[in-house]
Parts: sequence; C-alpha cells; structure tokens
Amino acid sequence: MLQLAWLLLAFPAAGALINTFLGSRFSKPTIGWIASGTVAASFVVSLGLLLGLLGLPGEERVITLPLWDWITIGDFRAPTALLIDPLSVTMALVVTGVGALIHVYAIGYMFDDERFQRFFVYLNFFVFAMLILVMSDNFLGMYVGWEGVGLASYLLIGFWFDKRDDTYGYYADAGKKAFLVNRVGDFGMALAIMILWTSLGSVTFLDVFQAAPASLSSGVATAIALLLLLAATGKSAQIPLYVWLPDAMAGPTPVSALIHAATMVTAGIYMIARTHVLWELGPSAANLAAWIGGLTALMAASIALVQVDLKKILAYSTISQLGYMVMGVGVGAYAFGIFHLITHAFFKALLFLAAGNVMHGLHGELDIRKMGGLREKMPTTYRLFLIGALALAGFPLMSGFFSKDGILLNVFGHSPLLYAIGLFTALLTAVYSFRAVFVPFWGQPRDKHLHEHAHESPPIMTRPLWVLAILAIVGGVLNLPFVLTLERWLEPAVGEPSFHPSLALEVSLLLVSAVVALAGIYLAYARYVKEIGWARRLQNALGPLQPLVEHKYYVDEFYDAAIVQPLKALARWFAEVFDPGIIDGSVHLIGRANLAAGERLRRLHNGLVPTYALSIFVGVVVLVMYLVFG
Amino acid sequence: MNIAALTANLHVILPEMVLAAFALLVILADMLRQDEEESRLLPLLTLAGILAAMAATAWIWNRPVASYQEGAIADGFALGARTVILVAAGLATLLSMGYLPRINRQMGEYYALVLLATLGMTMMASATDLIVLFLALEIFSLALYILSGYYRKNPRSTEASMKYFLLGAFASSFFVYGAALLYGAAGTTQLREIGNLLASDHGNPNLLWPGIALLLVGFGFKVSLVPFHMWTPDVYQGAPTPVTAFMSAGTKTAAFAAFVRVLMEALPAQQIQWGWALAVLAVLTMTVGNLTALRQLSLKRMLAYSSVANAGYILVALVPGTAQGSKAALFYLLTYAFMNVGALAVVITLEKIDELDALQNRAAGLADRWPLLALAMSIFMLSLSGIPPLAGFFGKFFVFQAAVEGGWTWLAVVGVLNSAISAYYYLRVMVAMYFHEAEEPVQPRRWGGLSLSLALTALATVIIGLYPSLWTGFLSGLGG
Repeated sequence: MLQLAWLLLAFPAAGALINTFLGSRFSKPTIGWIASGTVAASFVVSLGLLLGLLGLPGEERVITLPLWDWITIGDFRAPTALLIDPLSVTMALVVTGVGALIHVYAIGYMFDDERFQRFFVYLNFFVFAMLILVMSDNFLGMYVGWEGVGLASYLLIGFWFDKRDDTYGYYADAGKKAFLVNRVGDFGMALAIMILWTSLGSVTFLDVFQAAPASLSSGVATAIALLLLLAATGKSAQIPLYVWLPDAMAGPTPVSALIHAATMVTAGIYMIARTHVLWELGPSAANLAAWIGGLTALMAASIALVQVDLKKILAYSTISQLGYMVMGVGVGAYAFGIFHLITHAFFKALLFLAAGNVMHGLHGELDIRKMGGLREKMPTTYRLFLIGALALAGFPLMSGFFSKDGILLNVFGHSPLLYAIGLFTALLTAVYSFRAVFVPFWGQPRDKHLHEHAHESPPIMTRPLWVLAILAIVGGVLNLPFVLTLERWLEPAVGEPSFHPSLALEVSLLLVSAVVALAGIYLAYARYVKEIGWARRLQNALGPLQPLVEHKYYVDEFYDAAIVQPLKALARWFAEVFDPGIIDGSVHLIGRANLAAGERLRRLHNGLVPTYALSIFVGVVVLVMYLVFG
Repeated sequence: MNIAALTANLHVILPEMVLAAFALLVILADMLRQDEEESRLLPLLTLAGILAAMAATAWIWNRPVASYQEGAIADGFALGARTVILVAAGLATLLSMGYLPRINRQMGEYYALVLLATLGMTMMASATDLIVLFLALEIFSLALYILSGYYRKNPRSTEASMKYFLLGAFASSFFVYGAALLYGAAGTTQLREIGNLLASDHGNPNLLWPGIALLLVGFGFKVSLVPFHMWTPDVYQGAPTPVTAFMSAGTKTAAFAAFVRVLMEALPAQQIQWGWALAVLAVLTMTVGNLTALRQLSLKRMLAYSSVANAGYILVALVPGTAQGSKAALFYLLTYAFMNVGALAVVITLEKIDELDALQNRAAGLADRWPLLALAMSIFMLSLSGIPPLAGFFGKFFVFQAAVEGGWTWLAVVGVLNSAISAYYYLRVMVAMYFHEAEEPVQPRRWGGLSLSLALTALATVIIGLYPSLWTGFLSGLGG
C-alpha cells in the first residue's frame, strides 16, 4: 500500500492536465467532477497511507519512498522521494479531505463563471503543489512545493484579474502583492537551505535532523531557524509579512477557504513542526516565533473587531488563528500546533464557505452593515455559520475549544505573559466571531432591497458544508485532553512533548478558557443584539483607539512609505538614468564601434580579384617570414 | 606492384569507389534518358549513391583500422569526417531537386559533379599521403569551380566561378609548392613518416619552414581563413544556393580533416611554431568574419562571413594540437553541417531565383505567415550564435574547452567575445522574422526535398544539442 503513495500526487496532477488539454470539450459539471474526483481519490490514498502506518509499530512509522533522482551534480544530490510519516500523512489527509469538499462546493459557486475550466485547473494544481510541499522528503522538494503553492495562490487571488473595485483596487494587484510579499519569505527559505547544504552537505530531512545536533553550532542553527521563521511569516501571514492575506480575499471564496484559510497558509506551521530539530537547537529563534505568533494573534484579532467586510473579518481571524499555531509550535507544542491547524481547517473553511453562500445570496455584497436578519432567509447557511463561529470562539466542547486551549496550556508553561496575551486574544476572538453572527444574521434587515432578493444556496453549496460542520463540532476528539491521540500519533515525526502540566493546572486553565469564550460571546450579544448601555460605553471608552485599529495600525501605509515608495524611486532611477545612460550607453558604444569596424572591413572586400590575390600574397609573405625567421 | 597488393584492404576506399560508380551511372542515365520527365530520377540516383556510400562507411566502421596502399586510411577520424561530408552532400542533393530545373537543364552533369566532388572530399578526409591529398583537393575543387558557375545565364554565377577558379588555382599552387618543400625536407610524402623523421632529425630548416608556411596557406584558402578568405563571400553569394550549402559544409569538413591530419601526424614536433601562427590566424579570422558580417544586408553574404568566422572557431580547436582538439573540431563540423545547410535551405525558400540571393528584408514578417519556417530559421540562427541547448552551443563549448585545457585560455576568451558579436547579426534575422512587417508578401518556394532537408537539419540541430554525449561518444569511440 505504501508503495502506491505516489498516486497521491499523480491524481491531482492528472486532473490538472486532463482539464487543461481536454477541458474545453467537457461540460462544466464534468470538469468540476473530474477535478473533485481526483482530489477525492487522493484522499482515499491518504486514508490508505494512514491505515498502512497504523499497521506498523510506532518507531517504524517513518518511511522514505524514493521515486527517482532529480538533481545530481557532484556531491549535491536531490532525490525525488516521498517521506511517509504521521505528520505528512496527517497533512495530506487535511489537504485532500478539506480540498475535496471545497472542490465540490466550487462546482456550484463558480458555475456561472466564464473561466470555470481554468479555475479547476488552478485548483488541482494547487493541491498537487501542496502535496509536494508536505510529502517531500527533502528541503528542496519542500521548496518546490512552497513555490508551487505560491504560484497557485497568485493565480487564484488574481483570478478575476480584470475586475476592480474600491476594496481591493485592481484584483490583479492583490495577487501581485501576495506574490511579492511572499518572495521576501521565500528568500529566507532559500538561504536557509543553502546554509544547511553548505554546513551539513545534505538537504534530506532525515540526514539533516540526524547530523544537526552534532554538527550544527547553536549559532548556525539559530540563523537557519530565523531564516525559516522569515519564510513562515510570509506563507503563514505573520508579523511582519501578514499584509498580503487580507488582500488575498479578492480571490473567489472557495480559494479563500482552501488556500488562504485551511491549507496553504498553514504551510509555515507544518514547516516549523517538520524542522523541529533545528528549532530545538536554536531556542531563541523558537522563542521569537512564539512571541511573533502571540502578537500577530492579538493584533489581527483587534483588527477583525472593526472590519465591516465579512470576508475580511474572516481573513484577519485567519491571521490571528495562524498566530496561535505559530505560538504553539514556537513553544514546542508541535502536536497542538498541528491539532489547531486541523480544527481550524474545518471551522474556518466552513466559515468561509458559509460567507461565500451569503455573498452568493446577496449578489456579491459583503458589507455586514447592509445585512441583518438573514437567518430567516438563509436558515441553513445561518446554522452552518453559527457552528463555525462557535468553534472559532472556542465554545466549550467544540473542536476549536480543545485545540486552542491545548496551545494556551503549553504557552502558560513557557511564559505567563504570553499566555495572558493569548487569553485576551481568545476573548476578542469570541467577540468578533459573534459580531459576525449577530450583525448579519440577527436583528432587522438594514437594506430592504438587498434583503428581499436574498436566497438560500443550492444543495451542492450546503451539503459539503455539513461535513465540515460536523468535523468542526467533533474534531476535538482527535486530541482530547488526557487522551492525546494526535500527540501520541505524531510523536515519531515531531518528538515527545517537552511540557508536562499538572492535572490541577490543566483543569483550571480549561475552565478559564471556557469562561473567557462564554464571556466574549455574551459581550457580543450585549453590544450587538441587546445594545445594553454598558457595552456601548465600553466601546466608547475605547473610542480613541478605533481609528488606529480601523486603519489596521497603518502598517500598509508604513510599508508603502518605508519600502514600496523608496524601492519604486530606486527602480525609476535605474530605469530612467542608470540603464539608458550607463548600461545601454556602454552597450551602444561597443555596438557602434563594432558596426563601424564592420563597415570598413566590408569595403575592403571590393570584389576585385587582384585585391583578393594581394591579400593572399600578403598572408603568404607574413607566414613565411614568421615561420622561417620567427 | 602485384594484384594482391593492389586489392589488399581495398575496402578502405569502398565509399569512394561507390561514389565514382554512381557518378558514372548518373552520366550514363542522363545520356540514356528519353525525355525531361525522366531527369527527375537523377537526383534520386544521386541520393542512392550517397546512401550507398554511407552504408559502406558504416560497414567499414566495424572493421579494424586499415590503410590502403599507405595513401588512405579508415580510422575513426576519417570515417567521422566522411559521414559529415556525405550528410552535407545528401542534404545538398535534396535542396537541388526543385532548384536546378529553374536555372539549368543539364542535370546529369550537375549530379555527377556533386558525386565527384563528394568523392574528392571524402578522399581528402582519409588521405595519409601528400600526393593523394593534393589529388583529392583538386578533384573536388575542379568540380566545385564548375558547380559554382552552374547558373550560366547569370553573370554573378559566372563571376563566382571565375573568381573561385583563379584564386583557387593560385592557392593550389602554394599548396603543391609547400608539399614539395616538405617532401624535400623529409624525403617522403607519407604523413606519418614525415612526422617520424622530423621528430628525430628535424629535417632541413630551409625547406621545412617555408614548406609548412605554404601548406598553411593552401589549407587556409580552402577553409577560408583571413587573409585568404576574400573569395568566400563572392563565391558563396554567386553560386547556386544548394552548391553554397554543399561547399560550406563539405569543403570545410574535408579541408579541416586533412588539415588536422597533416598537423597531428606530420608536424606534431613543430606545434609550438604553427600553434602560434594558427592562433593569430584564428583571432583574425573570427574577428574579421564577425565584424564584416554585421554590415551585410544579403542573407547569403552574411552566412558567408559567418562561415569565415566559424572557420576561426574551428581553428581554435586545432591550435593546442591535442587529440581532444581534433575531436572538438570534428564535432563542430558535424553541428555546422546541419545548422548552416539548414540556414541556407531557408534562404532557398526565400530567394528570388534570378538574384540567387535573398536580402534580409525578405525574412520580414515571416513568422506571421509561415511560423514553422520561421521556427526552423530561429533554431539555426540560435544554434549558430551558440545558444544552449542547441547543437551550436556544444560545438563551441567543446572547441573552447579544448583550447582552455590545452593552455590557450586567452584564445577561448577571444572566441567567446566573438561569439557575442555574432549574436547581433544572427538574432537580427529573428527580429526581422518576428517583429517586422512584411514589405511584400513572400511566397516561400517549396518542394519535398527542401521540406525534408529543413526538417532533418532542424531536428538534428535540436537533438545534437539535447544529447551531445551521444555524439561525442560516437566520435570518441573511434580512436581518431
């Protein structure tokens, strides 16, 4: 069974190729079902791999499946090989499972789009690249996948590249922004791989992790980990590189759900868990990661509080939740980071797709200030969204409750201050998620016209969501406190947990988390449904902060002034002064000199035989002179 | 001399015998034919002869190295060069099929002369004796003098023929004089024995050095080294284009093969002296050839100067006097045969028949209407300018590698700089094809043989570039 693991990659690749070359002959449903079917087939393969691994004793669950030699130059060897271990199989399950559901949903969502075929080609290509990323047995292969998903993300954010509106400007620009910001992070990863190669002579995960403790000094390990952290902040949208993700919402909603919530953006968390050996050798980088995660979580949650665009609320929420995951893996709780990654994939995909239904039913409207009372018009979507919001808010016994609490518990062992930040963020999370429930779905319609035309979505756009909803509710069983199935399962890949809390601590923090989540939900209820005076006064008291938060702390403006504009000015100088003057000037000079010489030589060939004979004769004389007297 | 000695190892010259037999057959068939229609069979007969000679060459390949009468040898180098020449001859025949009926109706002589010229060239590539070498040189030179003037009604063609003949005779006299002096210095005309003698006793310097100098002049004329090259553009431009294609690849290969053999077998001890002479000639040839090509408006003239420059590159491989250099030169000739004949085949499609030439503006806008033709031309132009992964890149790569490893790094640097200059005029053709508007709609001329040769040359240029190791293995496995 494990020998067939390559099928995992082959299916979506085949789907992309078939739809590329034959898609124009197929009907839309055929295209959609081919694409969905290949991803579903990959999911079946992942299940097979899971069963295969479960059949093995724990310590044998790390298997390398070599496919072929990709690059061999001197000592440098980069094989194409798959690493089958609990971590990669878990990721493959999430990617293909959630991916397949979102593919099916997209058949309905994208049905009226003229570029339907292209959309599914890109989406299949994304799944293919993402699987390369998580299944590769070496850094180079991971890098290929890393770049591949970046490309897919770029293509899909700018999918409606010809569209333009006030939120995103040109949609193509949103894609460009994502791509360019990610390049900064990718650069970090490339450098990290180069350092690994020069210091260890290998880029294969298992070789590197085996050799690293003995041959990497902690300074080099820290440097590598810092570069990897830069890469993670790019792909997983953390401070300072998170700015692309809100703009990425320009892409179609299934893309936001699949790429920019459930899978691609979690690549940074996967990568940190995968390379945990290096982070343990450079603890200061891991500590920095934890703090970056915590601060990102807090900042993004505060921005999510004041956004009025439903998808942007979810985007900032994603950044915030990714912050939790980075914080988790930063403090060494790899299993909990991955756990939250999984539950987040369920409930955030659910929320995005439900938001997609809202958008679908309201003809593209996303401003929550124009909604209200939608629960009568879209009862199914409302229920789905509510389940997602409960899980996101960490309502007790929902999946998000257990995963978030697990991270907070481990953070508490690392630094109580960071824990306090995380806990406060959890409160904000509960408030903004229920603001997103109460404002659009409860109360009175604010825009009569919009409300009258609102309609529920077809079954193809609700049924896959029920699967996600059930998972969002019960996903917690994967890793219940004290049972810790997932943690034990991941042990061969990410090592044993370093933090062992006492029972009392664990139970009391669990209760604190539950109280905070309920308090947050009540706060939202008080402010947005009952409009109770004190809740309003609380908001007014925070009033002076509001413009700052509404402008997202002016980070985009700061980047624009500090980086984009100076770079543009430099580029302009190169384009208008340096290139035409110095570079072109010298090239033209050489060119003109050559042409002038050519012109003179051309005239020498005047077509007269005596001239030609003379030339030969001169040659004869010189050669004879040289050889006889030289 | 008895019969047994005459027939021993006769198989060494089997390809030449096949070619001679088919040349006579062609003349015979031409005399016996009853109408114009039947003359269509002549090129097919010629092709059959060339294929038979190729088969003979392939057959010899599997036999031990042997020498016929100490005058010709069948070693790997000779067989490799023979193959390249036969390929060039075959392609030229394909190109002549539709071309010839429009310029001259006497086809029997034409094809017989092509076969005889091929015979002379393959003979020259296998010759190990100065006398055989000179005879072979004259056989193909005389045939080519006539072929260049085959468009008799066109004054340019006649002019080309006349110039080629006058200057060729002039250069041949230097060659034969040099051979005589070398014989005087060594007392034998056999290359290997000359080498043995000169290694031990150095010969009479008063005869030896002028002899070497004059031999270099003779070869220099045939492969178009500066300053012996001036005939090249006029003859290439004036000759019927299939003849130009044949000459450019065939003559170069034959003359360079003999050149390599003379240097490596007869004169290895004098490498220091001739090495420097060749190095200076190589620099001059590359530079003058490339710079002059920059200013040409005619595609054929541009390719003629490009041919001069390419002779310079090949000469670079000869300078260090190493076996690696010889192989690099042969590899280059193989790639050159395909890409240059291919480029000239494109010229044929574009040319106005009475002008025997196509100006560069005829290529303007070609890509819009004839994308495949433009693609083929792009492959040839990119390959000629040495862009990987096409054949021309590896040709240049092996040549410069041989120079560097032989201790002539500066020469390789000059070569690379020259190759950069050359990109200008090669790529200009592509610019015309892809970015300029056609001034007058060109209806490319086409016939089966032309399309076939275009496809073959383009494919070979790509395949050799993708699998250079296949060919280097093929050439180096020959012991050469």
